[in-house]
Amino acid sequence: MGRLRANPDQQRAFRRLVGRHAPPAPLLRNLALAFVVGGSICAVGQIFMNGFLGRGLPPERAGAMTAVVVVLIGATLTAFGLYDEIVRLAGMGGALPISGFSNAVAAPAMEYRREGWVFGVGAKMFTVAGPVIAFGLLASLAIGAVYVVLGLPLPK
Amino acid sequence: MVEFVWAFLIGGGMCALAQLVADLTPLTPAHTMVLFVILGAVAAGLGLYDPLVRWAGAGASVPLPGFGNVLVRGIFTEVAQRGPFGLMTGGLTASAAGLTMAILFAALAALVARPKG
Repeated sequence: MGRLRANPDQQRAFRRLVGRHAPPAPLLRNLALAFVVGGSICAVGQIFMNGFLGRGLPPERAGAMTAVVVVLIGATLTAFGLYDEIVRLAGMGGALPISGFSNAVAAPAMEYRREGWVFGVGAKMFTVAGPVIAFGLLASLAIGAVYVVLGLPLPK
Repeated sequence: MVEFVWAFLIGGGMCALAQLVADLTPLTPAHTMVLFVILGAVAAGLGLYDPLVRWAGAGASVPLPGFGNVLVRGIFTEVAQRGPFGLMTGGLTASAAGLTMAILFAALAALVARPKG
């Protein structure tokens, strides 16, 4: 007696059925969540950006104030224990916006307060922010130095 | 209204790109944050990032590459005003507001809030 074999049509139908019920590939799910959550945070930032520009702030000042507001939102949600959940859900969608930088400063500050204000709060708030600031400054210094040393016209 | 669409698409796109890096390479989220600040600084150095900010607004300035852009733009501004001395002052001057307030809000959070668990 030969083995039972589904015909090609049945095999295709079976694969379609499985595909409909299998969980989405984790990578695609992660990408979609990062995109939607990160994009939404930026859209919220745009509300404040429009407000500051509407009040006549020059673009650079409006950008800085928008960053401050998004930092405030990130720190507040961190204080209520909510931003860690956003990062758990959306990964870099929560971590890459400046609110995620704020979370990376505030969360260890809260966590390590028991180790004191100097070596706990003051030191641990820079666990992630320190490298970000250090390498950001070094990169920007190097780029600026290239322009100065080579005497290139600065991009306006 | 259209600026919200671009802010969402460009900001979300950068976050998805960062997620791709975090998922497909051995880099941790913290490494990825550092990498994207540097990428933003390099793009700013090539004069590419400011047009993106004009186009996508907060979609370009709120994600961390926007921080790299602010550092480089600050250096360019101060070098133009005071010469090479600006190399040492421009980055922190331009980013001072966000950094100062991040530290203040973190200290306040540590003062008033308890971590969960």
